[in-house]
Amino acid sequence: MTHLQAGPYHQAGQYHYDEIDRRFLAERVEQFRRQVERRISGELTEAEFRPLRLMNGLYLQLHAYMLRVAVPYGVLSSAQLRQLAAIGRKYDRGYGHFTTRQNLQFNWIKLVDVPAILDDLAKVDMHAIQTSGNCIRNVTTDQFAGAAEDEVVDPRVYAEIMRQWSTLHPEFTFLPRKFKIAITGSPHDRAALAIHDVAVRARRLADGAVGFDIYVGGGLGRSPFLAKLLREGLPEADLLAYLEAVLRIYNQYGRRDNIYKARIKILVHEVGIDKLRQQIDAEFERIRGPKYRLESAIVDAIRAHFAPPPFEVLPDEVPSVVVAMTGDAAFARWVQTNVVRHRQPGYASVTISLKPAGGIPGDATSEQMEAVADLAERFSFGELRVSHEQNLVLAHVRRDALHALWTELGKHGLETANAGLIGDIIACPGLDYCALANARSIPLAQQISERFADPERQHLIGELKIKMSGCINACGHHHVGHIGVLGVDKHGVETYQITIGGSADEKAALGAVVGPAVGYDEVTDKIERLVAAYLDWRLEGERFIDTVARLGVKAFRERVYGPAA
Amino acid sequence: MARPAEGFAEGLRVITANRLDSGAVVWFGPGDSWAHRIAAATIFERAEEAEAALERAKAAAAAGVVVEPYLIEVVRGDDRVRPLRPRELIRSLGPSVRADLGIQAGQQQ
Repeated sequence: MTHLQAGPYHQAGQYHYDEIDRRFLAERVEQFRRQVERRISGELTEAEFRPLRLMNGLYLQLHAYMLRVAVPYGVLSSAQLRQLAAIGRKYDRGYGHFTTRQNLQFNWIKLVDVPAILDDLAKVDMHAIQTSGNCIRNVTTDQFAGAAEDEVVDPRVYAEIMRQWSTLHPEFTFLPRKFKIAITGSPHDRAALAIHDVAVRARRLADGAVGFDIYVGGGLGRSPFLAKLLREGLPEADLLAYLEAVLRIYNQYGRRDNIYKARIKILVHEVGIDKLRQQIDAEFERIRGPKYRLESAIVDAIRAHFAPPPFEVLPDEVPSVVVAMTGDAAFARWVQTNVVRHRQPGYASVTISLKPAGGIPGDATSEQMEAVADLAERFSFGELRVSHEQNLVLAHVRRDALHALWTELGKHGLETANAGLIGDIIACPGLDYCALANARSIPLAQQISERFADPERQHLIGELKIKMSGCINACGHHHVGHIGVLGVDKHGVETYQITIGGSADEKAALGAVVGPAVGYDEVTDKIERLVAAYLDWRLEGERFIDTVARLGVKAFRERVYGPAA
Repeated sequence: MARPAEGFAEGLRVITANRLDSGAVVWFGPGDSWAHRIAAATIFERAEEAEAALERAKAAAAAGVVVEPYLIEVVRGDDRVRPLRPRELIRSLGPSVRADLGIQAGQQQ
């Protein structure tokens, strides 16, 4: 998919499919339609069909089939979101679930409907390819890409290049295990780089040219590891050659005998980063050349797709916002947490929280999706983002329109002012939907967000990221939560292990277990006691994570569980 | 979602699967039919009976009616049967966080 041309969904900040892309997608839909027909007729067994459906993002979960739709690096047009809303209404139960992989899942899908759904997705240049299986998955990035004030390099350009490189890559379709790549172009890591198989930090090299620091071997699950630095200052032209070398070495040496030891993090751990680097570098030098060279003309052509939208020249300070904040505490709180500075004077990026008190993290109804699509057109050049924290983002909003946007969001229950606060909980679907889960996570997230629903209390507590998984696979990133919660099945009873001190940003850390696992009914109380200890002990300006780092886990353990724990 | 109260009879089994075409949760019932409610499932008290029935259920899977049938433990009491494990209990009802969805809401997938 490298043929660049404007299409019908030519909106700001998005890669546009051409006719070759569209023909490919149409053929792929037809191929899957025939595969479904052959499965229904009995021509294909489940063992034969399963890998085919997984290649199209279709899982069989607890209650029904689940379709995971790819949202490349989390960027959507309003037209695409509207189509997702329509699919949710027509083929699902009127809602969708945004995931920590910046994708969207439908939970109540019938197999017989999937070809028609894929057809509808293809109409807006979307699909579900490589959202499952042992291949390179959706490349993820900073939800404020192209807008963040601290951004040095726009990561969307290289995320798109990696998407094109990895899509249907014939050599990397049957890797030892799935492979996740994340990229950021800012010093502040909002893309959780350290927990990815490969992480790319785009920056400016000494000569001003774009270059990359490459990290490898991050991942959570039953053996959590933070990614290690593999290569510093990789030139732009070598990005694909180097990634190709990394994947080839992984493909060759990654373990296929044990699913729990198949991710590249285990290879890094067992072989050692230095030896692995030698092997990768040798392969890199061997294949480095014209075939894999990333030509600047290609980069420029892709970059053109991500040109800034037509910003107006505006003053950065907007008196009307200050006046509105002064007169409306709720609006002021929302601006404080859900609005971040934009690189363009007079503009801001807005997080639309999908975490209302008592709500299901990441869920949005079809009506809400349509409302956000409308608001994206009115306020943000028709483009929006999905964050790995399961929220939506309007990246380019005029500051003088913030109050009008907030008012509109309020009509659809989307004005929750809690981005980055204790109510902004990441939670996997858990045992309520997922066939792999051992315990529920959603109702606990609901319970916690209700307990801390008071917006003044949340703001008083400040930044506190709770991340929750319903099994050791860690889709809810619990290892890197300031407070992490892992649900397990202990002799048929849901039991929860609480960790503290984890972080997913540029100071990434794995949390430490704070005390003995507790029952479902005890989790929220334990978290409240952790928060109370923090409020008692924090110094001026200290976040929860800072206080944990200063005092250590033991202090919190003794406070929450008693000295004998 | 804890274990059922003491006094429920244990060691009972039913067979469950998902329908191939819709993904709906179903249970193996009388006459080797597939029921949409666990109340209509055949309950096996003896392991041999359960294993024999599972073979017939697998034949249904091979014929393309259902996907991957398997045995689950259930408990019976108060004139009703329910799965022992939380996972299967949620499958038999629907998401615990959305009472308006799934079997508990009278929806057939």
